[in-house]
Amino acid sequence: MTSTVPASGVAAPGRARIGQGTLRSDRWWLQPLLVFLGLTAFVVYGLVRTASQSYYFVPAYQYLSPFASPCVSASCVPGSSHLGVWFGTFPPMIPLAIVTLPLLLGFRLSCYYYRKAYYRSFWLSPPACAVPEPRAGYTGETRFPLIVQNVHRYFFSFALLISALNTYDAVKAFQSPSGFGFGLGNVIMVVNVALLWGYTLGCHSCRHITAGRINHFSRHPVRYWLWQRVSWLSARHMQFAWITLGTLVLTDAYIALVSAGVIDDLRFVG
Amino acid sequence: MSYEGSFRVWRGDDDAGGLVDYQVEVNDGEVVLDVIHRLQATQAPDLAVRWNCKAGKCGSCSAEVNGRPRLLCMTRMSTFSPDEVVTVTPLRTFPVLRDLVTDVSFNYEKAREIPAFEPPKGVAPGDYRMAQVDVGRSQEFRKCIECFLCQDVCHVIRDHEQNKPAFAGPRFFIRIAELDMHPLDTREGRAEAAQDEHGLGLCNITKCCTEVCPEGIKITDNGIIPMKERVVDRKYDPLVWLGSKIFRRQT
Ligand code: SF4
Ligand code: SF4
Ligand code: FES
Ligand code: FES
Repeated sequence: MTSTVPASGVAAPGRARIGQGTLRSDRWWLQPLLVFLGLTAFVVYGLVRTASQSYYFVPAYQYLSPFASPCVSASCVPGSSHLGVWFGTFPPMIPLAIVTLPLLLGFRLSCYYYRKAYYRSFWLSPPACAVPEPRAGYTGETRFPLIVQNVHRYFFSFALLISALNTYDAVKAFQSPSGFGFGLGNVIMVVNVALLWGYTLGCHSCRHITAGRINHFSRHPVRYWLWQRVSWLSARHMQFAWITLGTLVLTDAYIALVSAGVIDDLRFVG
Repeated sequence: MSYEGSFRVWRGDDDAGGLVDYQVEVNDGEVVLDVIHRLQATQAPDLAVRWNCKAGKCGSCSAEVNGRPRLLCMTRMSTFSPDEVVTVTPLRTFPVLRDLVTDVSFNYEKAREIPAFEPPKGVAPGDYRMAQVDVGRSQEFRKCIECFLCQDVCHVIRDHEQNKPAFAGPRFFIRIAELDMHPLDTREGRAEAAQDEHGLGLCNITKCCTEVCPEGIKITDNGIIPMKERVVDRKYDPLVWLGSKIFRRQT
């Protein structure tokens, strides 16, 4: 550790001479490692699934994977284009939900929680508290590109629309060839959408917009009431961030398995 | 129960120093500061340590225990196993004076750079009237005991001495938040100043300040992030900026 400590930090002149960058004796490296592995696994799964352009729709029950919603290309399988067909056929590897995925990626990348997570685990800035970061220079979020994180609230507005779309998809999926239907796939989709709302509405920009920006809660009782609800979600934002990564993968994987005929949807009605 | 605990305590000054091994008696219910005092009383009468209240309320006894910024008087010995070596060093972000005592005047300089509370014209102290819901957010930040553990752990200055002139640190971001959110403060431009003069943009919200705060203040979620959002309103969001030109916003 000693050799990697830049002299601008805990080894700077005047500070206690200790020689080691950190004296932490616990397993401080475990959390950044797990976060690194978790986020990498999600990104790899998402890339493989969206680039595959396959098994994202179950026509009989109208199950559409959130990774392919909205399906707006002429390449989409018949019946999966809930919002209509906007583009011609896509070449291979291009995600069918090209309209929403970059916005969702931007939303999560500029999220205050994910920023903490990847600054720590990918950029080691810092890897853990009171553990020195490897680089001598540091400008934080004061310059391009990281100053762009300040547009997070715009991604939040798009994320609201996309959550509404996911809700529409989940409602539309209560179908069977004979009309109304309801199976395990619906349960998974509804739970996923509910948690996605929990994540989206717990956004710190949302908290700011509801009432965080005002100084007299007493003059705005409705906004204050909303702010309190959002604050509850926002305090659990990290949990929602991880749980929704899990439910997104679960929803997509379940639909993929049913669509590929590997498993049959467990049907309760229809 | 009582046992002989193994300790490594940093001894030295701004010229030189190092970790020194000691065996000290530890009794049930004690905190690290009790052991440091016993060490002073029995083996190292010249050991320098700063403390006052022994109750986690004065913020004097800040140091680092096993590499983590902690209050010595609030770190229970029962959190360590009897065979564990407990390492105690001074804060590593500020210049050391002697042994466990550091020079924290950086923080007092930063405090002076923040303009004080400005009540509305004609409202005298004693005549302040405000609703509890309006002042609740500011009150969370008043719990601060100025132990400066958050300042010590913040990598912006801990790992980068060169950032000290430009960066006020988490304790002072919540001071700015306290005033900017205060229902009776009339001073304009606190958010802009947080970004332009006090270095709010250097914070990358990695939350170590919140992790170490002995008062449990949600420094990042309730202070820094809301201030970053207020900065976006004033500096980076064209729609809000336009709106504030057209309508006079009520706060
Ligand atoms: S959240 Fe910001 S202020 Fe707090 S320790 Fe991290 S970088 Fe410093
Ligand atoms: S905010 Fe917390 S950690 Fe920072 S100086 Fe105040 S009490 Fe100490
Ligand atoms: S989505 Fe995480 S803070 Fe906005
Ligand atoms: S001695 Fe007062 S906080 Fe520890």
